[in-house]
Amino acid sequence: MNPRLLPLYATIAIFLVACVICYIQFPYMLSTRVLGNLLTDNAYLGIVAVGMTVVILSGGIDLSVGSVIAFSGVFIAVMLRDTGLPAPVVFVLLLIVTTAFGAAMGGLIHGLAMPPFIVTLAGMFLARGAAYMLTIDSVPIDDPFYEMLRKAYYLMPGKGRLTLIGMVMLLSFAVGMVIAHRTRFGASVYALGGGENTARLMGVQVGRTTVGIYAFSGFMAGLSGIVFSVYTGSGYPLATVGTELTAIAAVVIGGTLLTGGSGFVFGTFIGVMTMGLIQTYIVFDGTLSSWWTKIVIGGLLLLFIVLQKGLLRLTSARFSGGLA
Amino acid sequence: MLLTIRSLTKTFPGTLALDDVRFDLAAGEVHALLGENGAGKSTLIKCLTGAYRPDAGEITLDGAVVAPRSTGEAQELGIGTVYQEVNLLPNLTVAQNLCFGREPRRFGLVSSRGMKAMAEGMLDGYGLDIDVSRDLGTYSVAIQQIVAIARAVALSGKVLILDEPTASLDAREVEMLFDVVRGLRAQGLGIVFVSHFLDQVFDLSDRVTVLRNGRHIVTEDIAALDRVRLIEHMLGHALEDEVEARNAGHVEARRPPMLHFEGMARRGVIEGFDLEVGQGEVVGLAGLLGSGRTESAELLFGLRAATAGTARDQEGPLTLDSPRAAIRAGFGFAPEDRKTDGIVADLSVRENIALALQARRGWARPIPRAEQQRLAEMYIERLDIRTSDAEKAVGDLSGGNQQKVVLARWLAMNPRFLILDEPTRGIDVGAHAEILRLIHQLTDEGMSVLLISSELDELIAVSDRVIVVRDRRHVAELTGAGISTETIVHAIAQHARKDGEAA
Repeated sequence: MNPRLLPLYATIAIFLVACVICYIQFPYMLSTRVLGNLLTDNAYLGIVAVGMTVVILSGGIDLSVGSVIAFSGVFIAVMLRDTGLPAPVVFVLLLIVTTAFGAAMGGLIHGLAMPPFIVTLAGMFLARGAAYMLTIDSVPIDDPFYEMLRKAYYLMPGKGRLTLIGMVMLLSFAVGMVIAHRTRFGASVYALGGGENTARLMGVQVGRTTVGIYAFSGFMAGLSGIVFSVYTGSGYPLATVGTELTAIAAVVIGGTLLTGGSGFVFGTFIGVMTMGLIQTYIVFDGTLSSWWTKIVIGGLLLLFIVLQKGLLRLTSARFSGGLA
Repeated sequence: MLLTIRSLTKTFPGTLALDDVRFDLAAGEVHALLGENGAGKSTLIKCLTGAYRPDAGEITLDGAVVAPRSTGEAQELGIGTVYQEVNLLPNLTVAQNLCFGREPRRFGLVSSRGMKAMAEGMLDGYGLDIDVSRDLGTYSVAIQQIVAIARAVALSGKVLILDEPTASLDAREVEMLFDVVRGLRAQGLGIVFVSHFLDQVFDLSDRVTVLRNGRHIVTEDIAALDRVRLIEHMLGHALEDEVEARNAGHVEARRPPMLHFEGMARRGVIEGFDLEVGQGEVVGLAGLLGSGRTESAELLFGLRAATAGTARDQEGPLTLDSPRAAIRAGFGFAPEDRKTDGIVADLSVRENIALALQARRGWARPIPRAEQQRLAEMYIERLDIRTSDAEKAVGDLSGGNQQKVVLARWLAMNPRFLILDEPTRGIDVGAHAEILRLIHQLTDEGMSVLLISSELDELIAVSDRVIVVRDRRHVAELTGAGISTETIVHAIAQHARKDGEAA
């Protein structure tokens, strides 16, 4: 078996075990209603995690996404309140802004040979600050188009509602999978994660790819911001603090190597679902404090880091041992 | 000729890396490129692959003058390279690595089935039976090398440069790789083979070119060369008269012994050896690259823990289990790669000189600024370090002056035994002579020196005794009039010949 698939299998196994535990305690949890809520509640996280997966696969990190989501919400709310532009136009404007923002960060990372951590940390403060500049209050969104988006759903068998934003997330994962695994851009992303110098020797256009990676993450953060504003019906500059870290956790739990070069977009989907499932379990239980979510996620993260370290050992042992 | 290089010259600050070098490669030939470290092999190859731009000279490929600016451009011209460390991505599949940048696509998306077929086609004829959809990293280095060769040949297809491809392969894998290379030679590729394993050179090559100190020394058919002459070419010819005269002056003096090492050994690294160092004596360590020269020194300095052996001086036994202990015992060690091990390039000359001394005093007792200044100025004057002032960053100095700063740093600690590993590597001729003069000066003051060098001239010029290392063993000790190019080369070659018979 390909050892690269091991973390993905481990992720899926843990998810299935979690499902079984939930089912034994609360048989009702395995219904399409709960599934629908799971998808809806985690839609914004899932979308931003797709972008984060691509960034981490390339060996980078994007700390700005949480702030960009908050900025997006505020931007949309203020634009709709003050300009009277129709919502779809505002969406397009927003996506252009966030994509350009991501591309600019990618350009800086490549052009100045700066660590992505620092550049996107600056981006994080910048986007949060920009959100505060627009407003310091929570701005409600009153727009008929928004009402429509929020109420759109597909009724699954068993009365579960697959909402529009849930569908957007599923679609994002599908697109992310195609981009990462079926395009030359995706191959370049993996190559960068495997080693920048080698990638350059093999003909990867490092600059263009880096800009593309962070632009993609910026676009996904913008899209996630739209979904989040639909979900909450408002824009608030203090929203989604720390979401970038939750997204990183989902990516790592999904089996992607933090050092880059190995992992799957589908794994991230499972990672997001696992985290959502834990949250749902705690809600169902009712007696546990919500902090238990964080504790379990922390434990899972630790488990995965140890697992990946073990896998690395295993592959390097094979690497040095004779003919395979 | 498929590839001709004429009067290629490349300089780096403080060094002439390539000096008017010529090289020819015919189609269907394996041409070995030999030389010790710093001879200019890698610079020559980097000029061919577009990593460096030569300062002067001409590269002609298939009758047209070429000047590749990047690896990609060199590949398009037809020059492909495979390095010692496989420059492919272990986290991608074999097929992805082979097809990278040229993936077959269907409806705009990469087709994994098409890619698999393409990769299998590319590996056809290499005698590999592997699953191309597995990660490259799961296969052995030998297979990775062959995959890298397959990719290089498919992408370029005229000239294949193999840069130390066998360094991490075992004998069976080497044979497997050589079969592939012979197959490619039969197909009419021109192959440049860089290796420091002479047996492999004799096994595989048709012709040999030797570089030394950035200069072309000789190009000959392999059949016309024997090992002794080849090693002579690589390590340098007879010495200059003046050097010999100076050497003759201090041949007979027998020094009072100062340090005794007995049975120093580390399994798998170096076999047990005894060494006695007299006060004010220069002991030279000769041998080819990878013979165990540096390893011996590292053992003495505690950089690698010895598994056996004792060390003592006149007063009693010494423990040398760490560099810290060795420094306490009055040892100093200037390593071969001064850029990574010897200096801190961003710190000033003064700070670099004070560094080791400070480390010995401990952080609680800082060396006063004035004292540091005095030390720095003293050594700048004494070693003739060419710098505008003591506050200049060491990284901005030339190679020779950097080496002097490394020396100054150890001298400031006043060691009684100083180990110098290739102290003249990569520095220009003038500075070279100064360093040698300095060694004499130091030993006249009573310091003992262990000198490791690939350049026989240098060893012969300054050593009172030369120990020859081969195959991880100390095999010969030459003293006084017995030290000459011939005796050293013969001691080294004996091994190679024996090895050749065994293989």
